[in-house]
Amino acid sequence: MPANPPAAIALGKPQTDPSMEGPGIPVVCFEGVSIKFDVKPVLEEISFTVMPAETRVILGPAGCGKSVLMKLANGLLKPDAGTIKIFGHDVTKMRETDLFQLRARIGMVFQESALFDSLTVEDNVAYRLHEEKVPEEEAHARVVESLKFVELEQAIAKFPSELSGGMRRRVSIARAIISKPDLILYDSPTGGLDPITSTTIVELVVKQRDVSHATSLLITHRLQDAFTLAMHRFDAKTGHMEPIPNGGVDPSTKFLVLNEGKIVFDGSTEELVHSEDPWLKAYLS
Amino acid sequence: MPLVSPDVFLKERIQAIQDYSVLTGRAVANIFTGPHYWDDVFTQMDSIGVGSMPIVILTGFFTGCVLALQSASSLEAFGAISMTGNLVALSMVKELGPVLTGLMISGRNASGMASELGSMKVSEQIDAMRALGTDPTRKLVTPRLIATVFMLFFLTIVSDAVGIAGGALVSVAILGLNASSYFHSSYRSLTYAGLTQGLVKPLFSGFIIATVGCYYGMNTKGGTQGVGRATTQAVVVSSVFIIVVDFLVSRAMIGIFGSQ
Repeated sequence: MPANPPAAIALGKPQTDPSMEGPGIPVVCFEGVSIKFDVKPVLEEISFTVMPAETRVILGPAGCGKSVLMKLANGLLKPDAGTIKIFGHDVTKMRETDLFQLRARIGMVFQESALFDSLTVEDNVAYRLHEEKVPEEEAHARVVESLKFVELEQAIAKFPSELSGGMRRRVSIARAIISKPDLILYDSPTGGLDPITSTTIVELVVKQRDVSHATSLLITHRLQDAFTLAMHRFDAKTGHMEPIPNGGVDPSTKFLVLNEGKIVFDGSTEELVHSEDPWLKAYLS
Repeated sequence: MPLVSPDVFLKERIQAIQDYSVLTGRAVANIFTGPHYWDDVFTQMDSIGVGSMPIVILTGFFTGCVLALQSASSLEAFGAISMTGNLVALSMVKELGPVLTGLMISGRNASGMASELGSMKVSEQIDAMRALGTDPTRKLVTPRLIATVFMLFFLTIVSDAVGIAGGALVSVAILGLNASSYFHSSYRSLTYAGLTQGLVKPLFSGFIIATVGCYYGMNTKGGTQGVGRATTQAVVVSSVFIIVVDFLVSRAMIGIFGSQ
């Protein structure tokens, strides 16, 4: 392990360290993380890990700290206690300038899309490429490819205000995946959307999971979306997701359930549905 | 407004000063390190500089007009009406040009910066920018700082010039003075110390407008109501700062150059 991990990634393009990353080494590792706003504790003693290529669905009632946890993972907030390691780097101790380099490997979809309203869809999706001074032609080609992935290439010249909520969410996904990140953070990508549009978004998440095998964290308060994600797979031939045969579940999809700032469940889909915890049973029913 | 205990109030004020100092320090430090967002700098220059020309010309022109009109009656009592050009030029260049332009730009641009950045803050666009690996201070604050300081300097010169021209129009058309005598008197009143004083002030005013506007924008809380609050606070605080700093700079300049 290098003496100063943040310095290692501050040299331009993000670098990977074999000793910090690998099949058995967690991509995301929370250890005893706590944070409070003013005097109100939001998260208390949160510890969990996310392994490479794993999709971790974070469930919980509104206001239980899910979005805060996501912002902590991306270094947008600093915890009051505990450590958070992303790709082996302790983001709680990194300077903002070093975090900018690390974030080049992380894609994030915000709860309300957070598209830049003064930029077109193309400029929004290409934002990161423009920052990296990617030539215009290459950037355009990658934007088209990314928008095709979310089936929205016809909206390339539109402004966010001209798009529906579901379309904005899809553009946000396109923006998050354009640099082919190793970790994708989805903060309630289906929040506030109708069931049909939600299913479209979940299908995109399944597609991204099964095509790129990137590690991801996904927040949702819709159990239906969570279980659709766990019980479906993407069929490259038909271009759509389909149920896993024989009621099977995707082994790489796991769950983390929060309540009142604490973890009440951390495990696989089978463990979740067979849990005997009374609160969890009531929540799932 | 809810009442808070004195220690909480004091802590909040100290925290605000610390946050403002950190933001300002980073914005200034970014000028000397890359990457630079020159596209944004030129966009802001266009918005702040070219966009503010109409109000600066109108306020400067009519201030010069009214200055000539009001001062003429007093100067006439002393038989010094020929000094109108002197008084208008001196007042415009040393005081009214820099302060009025600063206040107008504060009203137009500090509010614009606070509302634009405030809207970005409450809609998570600032967080999205950070998540996409961009330093919001470098991308949003530093270009506005460079553009405001640079353009306010030239807007002040425009304001001074049109103010003197407005004074000339009134002096010639209404007071019946000789144009040549007016401009000669104006020119003679302009000293190195006076010009320096008048051109140093917009540098400070530009700094105040950009940093205060951006500070309130970047620290907006509480949705659309918060954006409105941030906008109002940015204009009020930057206007007061401009007048206070105007006094301090005037005193410092008199200390350096004497009361010329």
